[in-house]
Amino acid sequence: MTAFSARWLEGDRRTLRVDQAAIGDRFYELITTAAALVIPALVIAIAIAIFAAAWPAFARVGLSIVTSSDWDVVGGHFGAAPAVFGTLVSSMVALIIATPLAIGVAVFLTEFSPSWLRQPVGFLVDLLAAIPSVVYGLWGIFVLIPLLREKAMPFLRDTLHLGATPFFSGAAYGPSMLAAGLILAIMALPYISSVSREVLLAVPRSQREAALALGATRWEMIHDAVIPYARSGIIGGIMLGLGRSLGETMAVTMVIGNRPEISASLFAPGYTMASLIANEFSEATNDLHLSALMAVGASLFVITLIVNAIARWLVWRVSRSRS
Amino acid sequence: MIRTARRRHATSGVMIGLTYLAAILATLPLLLILLHLVKQGASSLSPSFFTNTPRPVGEAGGGMANAIVGTLVLIGIAVAIGLPVGIGAGLYLSEKKTTPLAHSVRFLSDVLNGLPSIVIGIFAWEFLVRPVGHFSALAGGVALGAMMIPLVTRTTEEMLGVVPTSLREAALALGYSQWRTSVSIVLRTALAGIATGALVAVARIAGETAPLLFTAFGNQFWSTAVREPIAALPLQIFTYAISPYDTWHQQAWAGALVLISIVLIISIAARFVTRSRFGAPVD
Repeated sequence: MTAFSARWLEGDRRTLRVDQAAIGDRFYELITTAAALVIPALVIAIAIAIFAAAWPAFARVGLSIVTSSDWDVVGGHFGAAPAVFGTLVSSMVALIIATPLAIGVAVFLTEFSPSWLRQPVGFLVDLLAAIPSVVYGLWGIFVLIPLLREKAMPFLRDTLHLGATPFFSGAAYGPSMLAAGLILAIMALPYISSVSREVLLAVPRSQREAALALGATRWEMIHDAVIPYARSGIIGGIMLGLGRSLGETMAVTMVIGNRPEISASLFAPGYTMASLIANEFSEATNDLHLSALMAVGASLFVITLIVNAIARWLVWRVSRSRS
Repeated sequence: MIRTARRRHATSGVMIGLTYLAAILATLPLLLILLHLVKQGASSLSPSFFTNTPRPVGEAGGGMANAIVGTLVLIGIAVAIGLPVGIGAGLYLSEKKTTPLAHSVRFLSDVLNGLPSIVIGIFAWEFLVRPVGHFSALAGGVALGAMMIPLVTRTTEEMLGVVPTSLREAALALGYSQWRTSVSIVLRTALAGIATGALVAVARIAGETAPLLFTAFGNQFWSTAVREPIAALPLQIFTYAISPYDTWHQQAWAGALVLISIVLIISIAARFVTRSRFGAPVD
């Protein structure tokens, strides 16, 4: 206490500068804390905005918004089950195609690639994540869909006789669940491969050397020693890719055909939750319709939140064991 | 054990070959997309594309000048929001690593990063469009800014983490105050890395379409007013791509070529900013 008052009484310049610095520090701390607080505030605001906007529809139709498939704006029935189905199926198709490719690329880049190829291939795959989704959509409409309609679909159905299964039957229109799944696969690939690459790099050298010393071939080393070690991180990467696919809007809207029907065939057009919102938003006729679209958005919000939380947890488990 | 060594080595060879195949298949779509963009887009690019506004179907000489400017305006608003908040939050996280707030901010920043962009669009619509009754550039910029925040926060924290502690201690020992040390020593050392992160974030939001559907909305005419609906390159590409007219399709390709050029130039620039400083790119 005495030292403190003495400092004030003295009032020399150095004390003043120390006090100024203290004010500066206080101010700096205030600003950075405020900036950090923006993030939780934003997430809460987003949740409130969506659930507030969705409330009238939830109050009216309840959970049948995701279980019923009767979407009748005039009659006031809002069941988006076909869109939920389409969201899940298109993302699943995407993962089935993208996962082996992405892991293959990650293994190639971390284990087998000649060093001069590592940078360029890694860069090209990462660039896939930089392409705007509307450009994917444009390419999908004018390149991928004609290719599917004229070559790939007839080939799958007739030449390979997969038309006998319910998954590849029916007319080949072009815009379809398959087209959406393919586009989503290309879009999810860089996310899965970059996370896989990171966790594969985190596998200790000793793990590889031990396998080789036991006489394993290079592939057995990868398959039996490296991948099991990195497994949960790779699954985390797949979940991240899934999170991206579930919420993807533009590219899917442009190629999926936007027909609210549930069909087992991947050749049939479909709908997704995101594309339902994007398509009907501007022509929403009344408040309840708008609110129903928001309820679909709220459901999507919850689904992606859960998927991402699981993904982060899995990746965190691997990175924790590394440090 | 029963399988012969020869067979095991053959399997190994085949599987390694398959990883090469995966690498080829994974890079193929990018090359195909770029090829088509250049082929289709270049033929429809003309000077008038950069100087004129869209014209009705059948009228030649339309362009996307207003959409290009609109996209720049939206990016400007987004950067004005996302950069200061992101850098501030990154500074907080790197200095208060283990406070409860730091943990929850880190987690929620990941949550925000994983949210579908259309959900963020709904948020901006609910707060900035619905109350005033009309679409606006401001709402679009806020939505894009919200998407930028977690990206900038994360790279800022990472880049600040790379700055050696000795540097901070040296500054403090010389009598620098805490905040001067943070701002003019630590932050400045990490500036190149943060710039890279900011550029990557800009590249990512520049092509976003979904959150703009019900915020910026699009505009066929010249407008740079932040309170009015504004045109944006991705929106214009979308509108033209799903239209039934061939001339509009050509315009969409040209627009996509311009958009991807902007995005790729920013992405590659981001790589070189870091490379020149640290010798190797940091993702």
